[in-house]
Amino acid sequence: MKTEIIISGFGGQGVLSMGKILAYSGLMENKEVTWMPAYGPEQRGGTANVTVIVSDERISSPILSKYDVAIVLNQPSMDKFAPKVKPGGILIYDGYGIMTPTDRKDIHVYRINAMDKAAEMKNSKVFNMIVLGGLLKVAPVVSTDGLNKALFKSLPERHHGLIPLNMQAVEEGMKIIEQTV
Amino acid sequence: MKGNEAIANAAIRCGADAFFGYPITPQSEIIETLALLKPWETTGMVVVQAESEVSSINMVYGGAGAGKRVLTTSSSPGIALMQEGISYMAGAEIPGVIVNVQRGGPGLGTIQPSQSDYFQATRGGGNGDYNVIVLAPNSVQEMADFVDLAFELAFKYRNPAMILSDGVIGQMMEKVVLPPFKPRRTEEEVRKECPWATMGRTKDREPNILTSLELKPEVMELRNIHLQEKYQTIRDNEVRYEAQQCDDADYIIVSFGSAARIGEKAVELARAEGIKVGLFRPITLWPFPSKEIAAAAKGKKGILVSEINAGQMIQDVKLAVNGALPVEHFGRLGGIVPDPEEIVNVLKDKLMR
Repeated sequence: MKTEIIISGFGGQGVLSMGKILAYSGLMENKEVTWMPAYGPEQRGGTANVTVIVSDERISSPILSKYDVAIVLNQPSMDKFAPKVKPGGILIYDGYGIMTPTDRKDIHVYRINAMDKAAEMKNSKVFNMIVLGGLLKVAPVVSTDGLNKALFKSLPERHHGLIPLNMQAVEEGMKIIEQTV
Repeated sequence: MKGNEAIANAAIRCGADAFFGYPITPQSEIIETLALLKPWETTGMVVVQAESEVSSINMVYGGAGAGKRVLTTSSSPGIALMQEGISYMAGAEIPGVIVNVQRGGPGLGTIQPSQSDYFQATRGGGNGDYNVIVLAPNSVQEMADFVDLAFELAFKYRNPAMILSDGVIGQMMEKVVLPPFKPRRTEEEVRKECPWATMGRTKDREPNILTSLELKPEVMELRNIHLQEKYQTIRDNEVRYEAQQCDDADYIIVSFGSAARIGEKAVELARAEGIKVGLFRPITLWPFPSKEIAAAAKGKKGILVSEINAGQMIQDVKLAVNGALPVEHFGRLGGIVPDPEEIVNVLKDKLMR
């Protein structure tokens, strides 16, 4: 089993760290993982993206033409990556940032109102964890258990107090994601 | 961890004595990681941010001249600045490790990945008839493994060794098993291993002099002949490569470093369509696996050399197969990285029509 994922959005939305947590979770479950960021001008404002591959077998290319899952958090990302989802694949978008979703009918499209949920939780920083929860609901590439372990492993100890809040955000994300196509 | 972080960790673990470098994207994490890990407090390894790449490489010349395991890291424009120092090291036969995490050029170019320094790395790069041992890692694991290997080769042959990586391998994160800790060599060990090193004359020997300068041409020719003989020994003994699914293949993709990872995916895609393709990956770019490529290419219909440049390694591949079969090239330039589908399409276009 191999899942090839692209996560794309505005710099500051937590795109790279979401990918990192996902990759660490795969690592915790003894899977092969690759995390490849766009580290250029995107990272310095504008649209940032990261490719994450979680696999039971050896991973070949960190650079891909097509993806099993695309998580798009702004309109430019939707326009760029919706056409690159494999037929039968999954596209997840945040309902707040995107006015024109894709019109493709050969993929599974999900909306997650993570921005609204984060505002409701009065913590904009958990936005990416809500999205991640949505992903794990529709494509369980890693378990929430692995995710929990990954947070303990990857966060410095002084931030461990924040892990329950983050896990709560993941659960909220699992609840609010809805299929549109 | 990132490929860049793997380099820093591996340097400390393989008993490096010093790092001299100057930050530049996409490899600044190397010096950042070293600053974070503070090896001077544990192994005693020295870490200095030099004022420029020109001073870094000359600090390497000095440190390695004293028999120490010294490395510097940079990216393309910085490596260009170092060429004088590397040529001097080759001339004076000083071992040292240079890591190039390539970005797009020419000039300051871009910060995105590229493989356009292949010629510079494999043809010498500076003045004079010399070669640098060049290793091309294609994973974070190899970034970690090749640091110690580069030191071993550099000291075995008293020659600079280079790890030629790029922004893809430097920036991506993968699983990695770090090499075991190896203590730094003691003064006595260095004296024994490097009798040529300038580390203070003892009564029982003449002074050691390390220089690339020799004004008498007769002597300089002899020195050059010695270097060429040494390079031949390296060619005979140190070629490294990896061949995947070449045996039953009709076509072979030849790629190194990150391009070989993309090539591996292109092989998967092509084979899923029923096209029999194999991948040949030179791991040492100098010495180049010429005989091995010629052998792998026997009876095949064509070779596609896929590199992230305008066509550099293709020259070595063409020399290797010497016209025996068609050799085509594909590359993207200026920091654009090709994707696997493009490679399959080019293979069909250029070799299967």
